[in-house]
Amino acid sequence: MIPITKFRKLYFIFSGALIIASIAALALWGLRLGIDFKGGSLLFGEFGQKSPSREEISTVLESLDLGELIIQSSGERGVILRFKEIDETKHQQLLIVLNKISGDFLEKSFESIGPSIGRELSTNAFKAIALVLVLIVGYIAFAFRKVSYPLASWKYGVAALVALFHDVVIPLGLFAVLGRFYNIEISSGFIAAILTVLGYSVHDSIIVFDRIRENLIKHQGRSFDETVDKSVNQTFTRSLNTSLTVILVLLAIYFLGGESMKYIALVLMVGIAVGTYSSIFIGSTLLVSWNKFAMQKKRY
Amino acid sequence: MKFITRFLSFIFIPKGARAKSAYLLLLIFIVALFAAAFSFPTYWDRYADKINSAAREIKVPIINKINIPHFYKSPFKLGLDLQGGAHLVYLADLSNTDPKDYVDSMSGLRDVIERRVNAFGIAEPNVQTAEAGGEYRLIVELAGVKDVNQAIRMIGQTPFLEFKEERAQEERDEILEAQKNGERLYEDPYFIQTGLNGKYLKRSEVTFDPTTYKPVVNLQFDDDGAKLFEEITKRNIGKTAAIYLDGAPISVPRVNDAISGGKAIITGDFSVTEAKELVQRLNSGALPVAIKLISQQNVEASLGESAVQKSLKSGIYAIAIVAIFMVLWYKIPGVLAVLALLAYTFIALAVFKLISVTLTLAGIVGFILSIGMAVDANILIFARMREESRAGKSAGQAVRDGFARAWPSIRDSNISTLLTCAVLYFFSASLIKGFALTLALGVLISMFSAIFISRLLLEVLMSDKLSRFKFLWYR
Repeated sequence: MIPITKFRKLYFIFSGALIIASIAALALWGLRLGIDFKGGSLLFGEFGQKSPSREEISTVLESLDLGELIIQSSGERGVILRFKEIDETKHQQLLIVLNKISGDFLEKSFESIGPSIGRELSTNAFKAIALVLVLIVGYIAFAFRKVSYPLASWKYGVAALVALFHDVVIPLGLFAVLGRFYNIEISSGFIAAILTVLGYSVHDSIIVFDRIRENLIKHQGRSFDETVDKSVNQTFTRSLNTSLTVILVLLAIYFLGGESMKYIALVLMVGIAVGTYSSIFIGSTLLVSWNKFAMQKKRY
Repeated sequence: MKFITRFLSFIFIPKGARAKSAYLLLLIFIVALFAAAFSFPTYWDRYADKINSAAREIKVPIINKINIPHFYKSPFKLGLDLQGGAHLVYLADLSNTDPKDYVDSMSGLRDVIERRVNAFGIAEPNVQTAEAGGEYRLIVELAGVKDVNQAIRMIGQTPFLEFKEERAQEERDEILEAQKNGERLYEDPYFIQTGLNGKYLKRSEVTFDPTTYKPVVNLQFDDDGAKLFEEITKRNIGKTAAIYLDGAPISVPRVNDAISGGKAIITGDFSVTEAKELVQRLNSGALPVAIKLISQQNVEASLGESAVQKSLKSGIYAIAIVAIFMVLWYKIPGVLAVLALLAYTFIALAVFKLISVTLTLAGIVGFILSIGMAVDANILIFARMREESRAGKSAGQAVRDGFARAWPSIRDSNISTLLTCAVLYFFSASLIKGFALTLALGVLISMFSAIFISRLLLEVLMSDKLSRFKFLWYR
C-alpha cells in the first residue's frame, strides 16, 4: 500500500503553486475571448493558388475599415481573418476585394456575431456554471447523507468542490497563457469543455469518496487516515486506467479531429489529467487534514 | 477455440440460469447487428450483395435461392457545421409596435419570412422567434443552402408585390439556354420588371367574383401607380402580365384592354382566409416589422464534409486504441468489454438516427468522449471482480458481487455527468446543446451496456472450468 495521505503537504504545496500561477495568469492577462463572446467576424477561405502574404492581404483590406484585423494562414492556400462585426454589404465587398487579390477565392466559412448575442452567451455561461456547481454539491451531500462519522456529509461535498475548483482553474490558467502567447481564443465550445471537466472531476471524486464510505462501514475501528489510504489505493488503478482511456480518445480527437475540435480536446485532456491527480492526491487528503484539524480543536 | 465451443454449447444446449443469460445475450447481439446495419446501411448492402452472389454460385437448391434484401436507409441528421449552410439571426425593430402586439407581430414576421425561405427549395428550413434580454429575434437556419448571399437578400427584401410583363422571346430563349448549363439561375426567363410594385398601392380589399363566388383581391393604386398601370396594360394588350408576391408569381392574367383609373383585380386561386391574409399584408406593408441581420454563421458544404470525415476517422481510431488497451490490460474481460463497447457504439448511433438527434461537430466530440466514459464503468466492474475473486469467492459469485459493488459508484458518478449535461442543454446555444445531448445519451446507453451487456457476457463465459485459467482473467 502506498502511504498517499502521509505526504499530503507536498501535494498541497504543489497544487497551491499551480493554482496561484493560474489565478495570476487569469488576473494578469485574462482569457482571450472569441467572437462568440464579444462579437466580431471570422472568415475562413481558400485562394485558388498559393495564398498571398499577410502583408499583401492587409494592405488590400485597409480601405475597408475592418477595425483590428488579424490574419492567420492555414495550410498552403487557406487564410483565416478576424475583424470587427460587419454587415452583409460589407461582407460582399470584402469577398470582391479578396477575389481581386487572387482569383477563385472560395469562402469556406464566415461568422459575424453582434455584440448583444455575445453578451447573452457570456451571461448564460455564468448561469450554467453556477447552476452546475449548486446541483453537484447538493447531489454529493445527498449521496453521502448516511455518512456522518467522523466527518459530516457536507464536508465531502466541500472537499469535492475544492478538487473541482482546482481542476477547472488550472486549464483556465493554461488558456490564459495560450491566449497571451499563442493568440488562442476561447469559444463557446470551451465552456462546454470546462463544464464537462467539472462533471468529470466530480465523477472521479465520488468514486474515491464512495470507497471511503464503504470502508468506513466495513472496517470500523481503523483510523480515518488508514481508511482513506486504503480507499485511495483501491481506486488508484481504476482512476489511472479510466483517465488513460479517455485521454487516449481525446488524443485521437486532438490529432485527427480537425482544427475546430483541437482546443476543445486540449481543455478536456488537461482538465481530466488534473482531475485524476486531484482525485487521488487532493480531494481525499483534504478530508484527512480536515479530520485532523477537527480532532485537535476538540482536544483543546 | 475452447470458449467459442463453450459459448455455442450454452446457446444451443440451454440449461439453468446461465441459459437465460445466453438467450438474452443472443437477443442483444441481434439488436446490435440491426443497429449497426441501421447506422451504416451501405455496408450491410455491400455484404448482402456479396453473400447473395456467392450463394448463387453454389449449386445447392435452397442455398442458391438465398437473397438478403438491402437495408432500410435513413440518413443521419447533420447540423449546419457538418452539411454546410447558414445560421442567421435577425433583430426585430419593435419600436413602432404596441407592446401588446409584440407576440403577434413576431409571429406575423415569422410567417412572412418562412414563406420567403420556403421559396429557396431547401429541405427543412427552420425559422423561429426568440426573446433574449428584452430583444426580439428571428432565427433562420438554412441547411445546405448554396448561395447564402442570395438567401440573405431574398429574406431582407422589402418590395413584395410586383407587376411584371413578358420578356421578349429571344431573351427568354437565351436565358433558358444558359440555365440549362447552370448559369443565370437567378434570372426569371419569362417576365421582366415594370417598375410597378407595392409602393404605389393605396389600399386593397377582398371581394367576391360575382360569377364564380370566389374571393378576389382588389387593388387600388395611387395616382402615379394608376398612370404606370395604364401604360403597362396598354403596351401588353393580348399578352400576359404577372403579379409577383415575394418573388413568386401568384397570378398571371391575360391583358384584354388598357385599364385606366388604377384599379386591378388579382384572381389567384385563393381561399377566403388566404385572400384576407394577403390583403392584410398588402395593407400593412412589406414586413410587419423591420429586421436587421445581427449575426450570421455560414459554412461551405465541402468544409462540413471534411469535418465529418475527420471526426469519423478520429472516432474509429479512438475505439481502436481503447480496444487495444483494454485487451492488453484486462485480457478476457477486456475482450468482453470491447465487444460490449462495439455493441454500445452501434446502438448509440442507431438511437441518434431513430430520434433524429442533430449531429454537430461538438456533438460528435461528446459522443466520442462518452465512448471513453463507457469504458470506465467496465474498468470499475473488473477491478471489483478481481477483488472479490481474490477474497476467495467462486467465479460466478465474484461476477455477481463485483457488479453489485461497482454499481453505486457507476450510478453516482454518471448522475453528476448527467446533471451537467442537463444544465448545458437547457442553458445554452444550439452548438452546445448538441454536445450535451449526445454526451447524455452516450452516458445513459453506456450504463446500459456496462450493466447489461458486459454482465451477461461475463455470466455466460465465466464458468468454473474456464475461470481456472486465472492468468486469462486477472493480471
